[in-house]
Amino acid sequence: MEQIQTERPERSSAIEEIQRDEHSRKRFFKMVGGAGAASAFAIFLAACGDDDEESADTGTGSSGQGETQTTGTQADSGDLEIVNYALTLEYLEADFYQQVIDSGEVKDKKIAEAAKKIGENEQEHVDTLRATVEQMGGTPAEQPKTKFEDVIAGGPKSILSAAAMVENLGAAAYLGQADKIQNPDILAAALSIHTVEARHAAALNFLAGNKLTGKGLKGILPDGAFAKPMSMEEVLKEVQPFIAS
Amino acid sequence: MAHSNLAVPELTAIEIHGMTRSSFIMRGALAAGAVYGAGAITPFVRQAIAQGDGGDVDILNFALTLEFLEEAFYKQAVKEVKLSKEVKPIAEQILDDESKHVDFLKEAISGAGAEPTKAPKVDFGNAFKSEKSFLKLAQTFEDTGVSAYNGAAPQIQDKKILGAAGTIVQIEGRHAALIRFLRGEDITESAFDEPLEMEAVLEAVKPFVKS
Repeated sequence: MEQIQTERPERSSAIEEIQRDEHSRKRFFKMVGGAGAASAFAIFLAACGDDDEESADTGTGSSGQGETQTTGTQADSGDLEIVNYALTLEYLEADFYQQVIDSGEVKDKKIAEAAKKIGENEQEHVDTLRATVEQMGGTPAEQPKTKFEDVIAGGPKSILSAAAMVENLGAAAYLGQADKIQNPDILAAALSIHTVEARHAAALNFLAGNKLTGKGLKGILPDGAFAKPMSMEEVLKEVQPFIAS
Repeated sequence: MAHSNLAVPELTAIEIHGMTRSSFIMRGALAAGAVYGAGAITPFVRQAIAQGDGGDVDILNFALTLEFLEEAFYKQAVKEVKLSKEVKPIAEQILDDESKHVDFLKEAISGAGAEPTKAPKVDFGNAFKSEKSFLKLAQTFEDTGVSAYNGAAPQIQDKKILGAAGTIVQIEGRHAALIRFLRGEDITESAFDEPLEMEAVLEAVKPFVKS
């Protein structure tokens, strides 16, 4: 990763942050693959060389809006890592809806039916993303251990509120990666999932009684006419409460 | 999807207000080194356009055409349809969103030194007869809009324009789900929103454009 310059704050992705920061690297490992898991992401990081090499490389690049030069191999690694990140989020969502259905907490037929259908969509996303990682020659991220017990025990209102939030998060997560994906086929796949997450988000926020223009992660159309993307770090911070450590 | 079989093979020369099918397909029609005019635009847009080529401008104009159609559709609906308490605020909100998309795209295209396409003359037939008929066509527009952006986005060269398209298509997806929800329909046809090629999109909306 010689090309990545340290003086490009506006270009630095969460991944570059993680590469530089040992603490966040460990945290991200834990989020994505479970502690010690040899995820594709781990392999990707290992292939990028050690921190010393990166921090020693300061001289040549122009500052400002320099483009990160990527070779084909590096681009693929970046895409792989993004697909595994998406897979991790989809695992979380699919698991959530499954637990909700199994709990029998949601008695309202309309809402239960919506949860079932959305859960099926999420499972299809999981299956597709897993297959995509394998096609790319990578190792799919492991399914994270989740903790939704409190949310589910809180009953339908709590469940809907969490579902609405998680879907808004999912939509923002895909949007945050769209301009970083190199392979057009992967991009097309991500986009086709992105808008389905957006559909889920709008419907669940509606069902949760959130306002049409409520803000942040609570709103049917939370950001006006233009949706806001979220970085990997922002997203992972929000989902952390639902991950069992 | 209702519109998935609209891509008929004889669509060799669809023309929509001067934009030809070939202009969508011929990427890089403007020289890469073209000098873009510096209009009165926001830094974000100027930056977004700085590296754009003819291909991206064509895609933006394509998107603008769709947004013009949607804007005109909701404008007329809000005026002419007797909307229920539940639907009215949503229709008004969607109109507002589509107008902002129109403004943004016009600005982005002008900022690239190109000419924004003109608003097409529209005819929505009997769509405003009732709330029901309005919502039905609204669903078609929103679903088509989603598929149009999803189909065009991977062809966008400039990453900033791609990012901007993403921020718009997510809203189209949310609109689509809302309209479908109001109609008692499934919020999505499948787990994946099907991308549509530009010519298929233009064919789908052609009945509402007066030539």
